[in-house]
Amino acid sequence: MDQLLQHVLNAVVLGGTYALLGIGLTLIFGVMKVANFTHGELYTFGAYMAYLLIGPLGLNFFLGLLIAVLLGVLLGAVIEYVLLRPLQGAHMDTVMLVMIGAWIALQNLELLTWGGVAKSVPQPFPTEPLVIGSVSVAPLRIFVLLAALVLLAVFYLILNRTKFGIAIRATFQDPDVSSLMGVKINQMFTLTFAIGSGLAAAAGALLAPVFVVIPIMGDLVTLKAFAVVILGGLGNIVGATIGGFILALAEEFGAGYIDSGYRDAIGFILIILVLLLKPQGLFAPRERTG
Amino acid sequence: MRKTLPLIAAFLSITSASANEPIKIGMSQPLTGDIAASGTYVANGAKVAVDVVNRSGGVLGRQIQLILEDNKSNPKEAVATAEKLLSGDKVPVLLGAWGSTLTLAIMPRLLDYKVPMIVETASSSKVTNSGNPWIFRISPPSSLEAKAFGETLLDKFNPAIKKADMLVVNNDWGRGAADEFTKLLRSKGIEIGAVERMTADATDLSAQLAKIKQAGGDTLFVTTSIEQLTLVLKQAQEQRLPQRIVSTGGATAPDQLIEQAGNAANGSYHIVFFTPWFLDAAPHAEVARTFVDEWKKKGYNAAGLTDGYRGYDGILTAVQAIKDAGKAEPEAIRQALWNVNVKGVNGDIKFTKVGPDGSESGQSIPSIFIVQIKDGKVIKP
Repeated sequence: MDQLLQHVLNAVVLGGTYALLGIGLTLIFGVMKVANFTHGELYTFGAYMAYLLIGPLGLNFFLGLLIAVLLGVLLGAVIEYVLLRPLQGAHMDTVMLVMIGAWIALQNLELLTWGGVAKSVPQPFPTEPLVIGSVSVAPLRIFVLLAALVLLAVFYLILNRTKFGIAIRATFQDPDVSSLMGVKINQMFTLTFAIGSGLAAAAGALLAPVFVVIPIMGDLVTLKAFAVVILGGLGNIVGATIGGFILALAEEFGAGYIDSGYRDAIGFILIILVLLLKPQGLFAPRERTG
Repeated sequence: MRKTLPLIAAFLSITSASANEPIKIGMSQPLTGDIAASGTYVANGAKVAVDVVNRSGGVLGRQIQLILEDNKSNPKEAVATAEKLLSGDKVPVLLGAWGSTLTLAIMPRLLDYKVPMIVETASSSKVTNSGNPWIFRISPPSSLEAKAFGETLLDKFNPAIKKADMLVVNNDWGRGAADEFTKLLRSKGIEIGAVERMTADATDLSAQLAKIKQAGGDTLFVTTSIEQLTLVLKQAQEQRLPQRIVSTGGATAPDQLIEQAGNAANGSYHIVFFTPWFLDAAPHAEVARTFVDEWKKKGYNAAGLTDGYRGYDGILTAVQAIKDAGKAEPEAIRQALWNVNVKGVNGDIKFTKVGPDGSESGQSIPSIFIVQIKDGKVIKP
């Protein structure tokens, strides 16, 4: 029982960041129909910026995280403007190849800038864990979970309660019609990509002090973000949020009760099952056909 | 005339090659990827050794040239680096390739090209047991490490180990270490609890640690790269793991752990093959001191010394073999390797035959030490 509770707690903490990664990716896919392979690199970028700002530059921890996220938003906007805008109307495969190229280029740039040795981000929380009964968790991880939940809430508010959110959702459903309604599609694309990238950078910046920062950290993250998105259904934002938590739970319980050596494989086995049995994702809205 | 011209050309190229050109030594290391830190340290150690050798006149009157290739912590890339070094650069001797999986991937190529390789880090028993007569290993396989641990280090633990758990990286190295240490500990009457594995690029190890916490052992043996060990230490502290942690494999650079894991590293034990903190304890203190001095002169990170010595000893071994062979040719170097006796940073390097009869690999018996991190400092336990 103790072990069960510990696994649940671990999964919930991890699930929050998976959800951040997932909704960023699914938003970009939903609005722009772009399979964003640079997602993991934005995560890495967020982590390195957090390291740079909090470590060598000595900024306040929370301010450092905030700026790291904003820089992620900025980088996302730049990538959209420089790489994706000229490719509007190009075949999806072409865009995908360009994004894979960008992924490799960004990763090598990180390696060139930071070297291969892992970096550690200092953090202000006590390292003594909080112990509740037989379950324990680091204060830092609680902060990561809370920050992820706040970001998720803010994101939902923006999407559902603002004019900008309506515009995004309209573009999501039909770019042509929404452009007739006066939505500036190009602007929407840049903003969408910037926000999606910012969410990835936020996940990276938040997890940087929990883990260590290395140039290849984004590879597995890109795969996992896709896993989350496929679980929830491509372009389904609520699905991606729940998918994030489901993936974390599956991994944690798979590792805890089946075989820890296959921890990362378990998530992908789950995806294969979903694709076989319910290819539109676990939470696909029923009314959308054709 | 048509026949003599190529002959003359060939003759000229041979003479000019042997007289002036440096002797190439090929090296494949993970300079990027999961185990980049350690691979870079080993490569730096090799560079230091090449400098020291060249400054004292080189070997056979020629300079040494290190040709370093990045195998990206990836077995496929490792084969590509070997292919490039063997067929492109035509090196007469190789050094590499850090990981067991990487080394095992390269080994068939040595049989094809008939070039010896000095193995500086890999510790899977498969490396020397697969009947590859071109392999000469200076690092201890997990079996030797476990044996030496049982003989010299086990009684240093107070209170004594009664029940041990294992957490290893899920590759040839980690699984081999888990098998060998399980065997050794069981033979000493120590109970084995949980044996958990983690993929090399996994960052969240909370599930494994939660399981280990429940297993109720007093000591956790961890075998993995320094990046992942840092995460293990941090997350073990988060989950309040009661076990004392012992890292095996000698690739754990305690100074880097202190820097990156902070106080989560306190209390942990590390098996190392070189103790730069206690230079006088080195089997050949003067060799160790030269290595450390030159390393610092180059401005390399002191945390890398515990890994860097492998590259240094590897080059010293290759150079000695070339010198004894009297020529830089693969088969002659292989023959000479059987008879070298090198005073290395780790200790005496000389090879004994292991593996199937008729196609034995060489294995040197290295020294092994244990250190503890206490209050952010490395001490002898």
